[in-house]
Amino acid sequence: MDSTEAPKKQDKGKKKKTKKPKKDSTAQGENGDASAAEKAEGGQADSSSQGAAFPPTFSLSEVKNKQRRHLMFMKLKQEKRKQKMQLKKKRRKEREALGDKAPPKEVPKTIENQRVYDETTVDPEDEEVAFDEGTDEFSAYFNRLTNPKVLITTSDRPRGRTVRFCEQLATVIPDAHVYYRRGLALKRIIPQCVARGFTYLMVINEDRKVPNGMVLCHLPDGPTAHFKVSSVRLRKEMKRRGKDPTMHSPEVILNNFSTRLGHTIGRLFAALFPHDPQFVGRQVATFHNQRDFVFFRFHRYIFKNEKKVGIQELGPRFTLKLRSLQKGTFDSKFGEYEWVLKRHEMDACRRKFQL
Amino acid sequence: MADRSRLCSVWLGSETGILKGVSLSRKQAFNFCQVSSLSRDQEVRALCWADPAESELLVGSVNGTVKTFSTEKGLFTESRSCGDPAEDGAFTGLAVADGALVTCVESGKLRVWKEESSVHVLEVDAGKSVWRMRQSPEHRHRVATGGKENGLRIWDLQRPEQPVFAAKNVRNDFLDLRRPEWVRDMAFIPGSDKVVTCTGHHEVRVYDPASPQRRPVLEAQYGEVPLTALALVPGGTSVVVGNTHGQLALLDLRKGLVRGCLKGLSGGVRALQCHASRPVVASCGLDRFLRIHSLEDRTLLHKVYLKSRLNCLLLASRDLEEGEAAEEGEKKEVKEEEEEEDEVWDAMERVEERGEPKRKLTGEEEEEEEEEGVRRKSKKKRKKGQD
Repeated sequence: MDSTEAPKKQDKGKKKKTKKPKKDSTAQGENGDASAAEKAEGGQADSSSQGAAFPPTFSLSEVKNKQRRHLMFMKLKQEKRKQKMQLKKKRRKEREALGDKAPPKEVPKTIENQRVYDETTVDPEDEEVAFDEGTDEFSAYFNRLTNPKVLITTSDRPRGRTVRFCEQLATVIPDAHVYYRRGLALKRIIPQCVARGFTYLMVINEDRKVPNGMVLCHLPDGPTAHFKVSSVRLRKEMKRRGKDPTMHSPEVILNNFSTRLGHTIGRLFAALFPHDPQFVGRQVATFHNQRDFVFFRFHRYIFKNEKKVGIQELGPRFTLKLRSLQKGTFDSKFGEYEWVLKRHEMDACRRKFQL
Repeated sequence: MADRSRLCSVWLGSETGILKGVSLSRKQAFNFCQVSSLSRDQEVRALCWADPAESELLVGSVNGTVKTFSTEKGLFTESRSCGDPAEDGAFTGLAVADGALVTCVESGKLRVWKEESSVHVLEVDAGKSVWRMRQSPEHRHRVATGGKENGLRIWDLQRPEQPVFAAKNVRNDFLDLRRPEWVRDMAFIPGSDKVVTCTGHHEVRVYDPASPQRRPVLEAQYGEVPLTALALVPGGTSVVVGNTHGQLALLDLRKGLVRGCLKGLSGGVRALQCHASRPVVASCGLDRFLRIHSLEDRTLLHKVYLKSRLNCLLLASRDLEEGEAAEEGEKKEVKEEEEEEDEVWDAMERVEERGEPKRKLTGEEEEEEEEEGVRRKSKKKRKKGQD
């Protein structure tokens, strides 16, 4: 009895051995060859070795030996890369061969150009939206009745980076005044600001010495926007930075604020800066919206000749993400919100953007 | 304009002073105004039906005028000035009782105006700041008022000297401090004297004037931010409330528990209304959208972008036929789609069944073939997904 059992075990062992090279071959994507080889080997090893064939949906993750799996995965990757490179080469050659007749290059799919259409996208000829914007809270600025005056303060007892960030913001925004918070409540600061003719209150919040939030409140009657601040880079930390900015009022670039909410936010940023930029200063502040993140950059440019332009970043740079937009001045408890970011409800679709 | 206005089943008043009509069956929205004469002081604050046949609308503006809009003609037919806006503030409620117009303003002046007269016949002082006035749908001469530091009061306009019912503030809290009052909206529960209110301190309260108790008989809390609007579900057992963060919830009035939330809003709610006969609720607010949710499965049925912040909302009850016809059509479409989908799934299953014997031949390791069909299918789907 024992003698009969032993060869069976050996057979099984053989099966296992035969499996491995097959797996390799399937992993390399040479399915046809693998099946042929498998049939041949199966016939040699055991007549009932049909079971050794892989199911049509074989995946590497089913291999239980970790080293083996790793090795196979690396091979698979290499193979794929090779194929890709070959395909690329082939295509390039074809393009070169065709010359001018070559078909236009395909536009890559990104989540921005796959964006879900937003029905609130502003049509510039829409009378109703134009009227709404023409009579909103910022209309006094855009009708040149008021000049911006900004108060910058922080959360209570700011530390290192936040203090410097505020100082640098004050050099970017003309007519900005940095004040120490002194533990005052925002609701008590706002009437005083209004009385002294400020048009903006900017509060930088910090967490563990890192600025992480910004409240931007338009005065005298709102709205108030709450942003998350991330990736703050101060001037000292920047590479290839220009000299310190001058006192000239900068030009402002607002990119990609297309929806109704985006327009409001764009107007909020635009109203921070004086009406007429001083082109002598050659300074530009950019608010670039991409995928609902607003990137702020501050540059100085120079026209080297008729074709070339040089730019120099002056800093600071940071990224904002809108958390909420509230009607009226800061009142987080009883204020009415025009828009609130609802995570997992609004972010469920990656191709849907709010700004 | 007339053919347009006859189509509309939902009427909205906006902050830019435009009266908007929405036809859900045709999925169209119309503006009823002269674009040249737009101004912010025409901001619509209150809307109500002028007659039970719902052929005329009353529109209360911030500048103290009440305009009559004929839905038959699609035009503003009449305009009358009711009170001085500088003194009284904006309208907080409009109602029509026995052919007379009832207005209430922020300063708390509750006035009754007879037809074609510029002087009011009755004036009641309902307290200093009134945030909302509502009329009882059963007893048309009964109205309720309430506001900041101004509890719920129910008035009978035939006996205006004294309020029929004046609520008492709730007991002091555990620190023995006075609880602030701030009634934001209220509704009469049909079939009883009860009134349900929602407050700026995120409470929902039910008052029962029939009982000797002047304090609420039921108190529930929802969320952490002020509740701004409330609508009673036709049965009267539950209520829909909305808050300043755009959260809508269905509350049960028997125990005060949350039955479910209605999702999809992004800005504060300004007005809510349930349809008289169908299980739907319409909401509008600062996010400039009109949304219609089903109360049965709480799904979003319609979403209409209306370009301005919306202040108030009025549903027509006669839209039933049109609306129903449209919705039935939609439902049919949905069913058809479902059937199509079913077909697709059937087809897929067949293909997989064909594939099975092959697997039996090849798959020695897959001995779990005797498993239930459902599990097997799901497994295969998963595997397909991996590819």
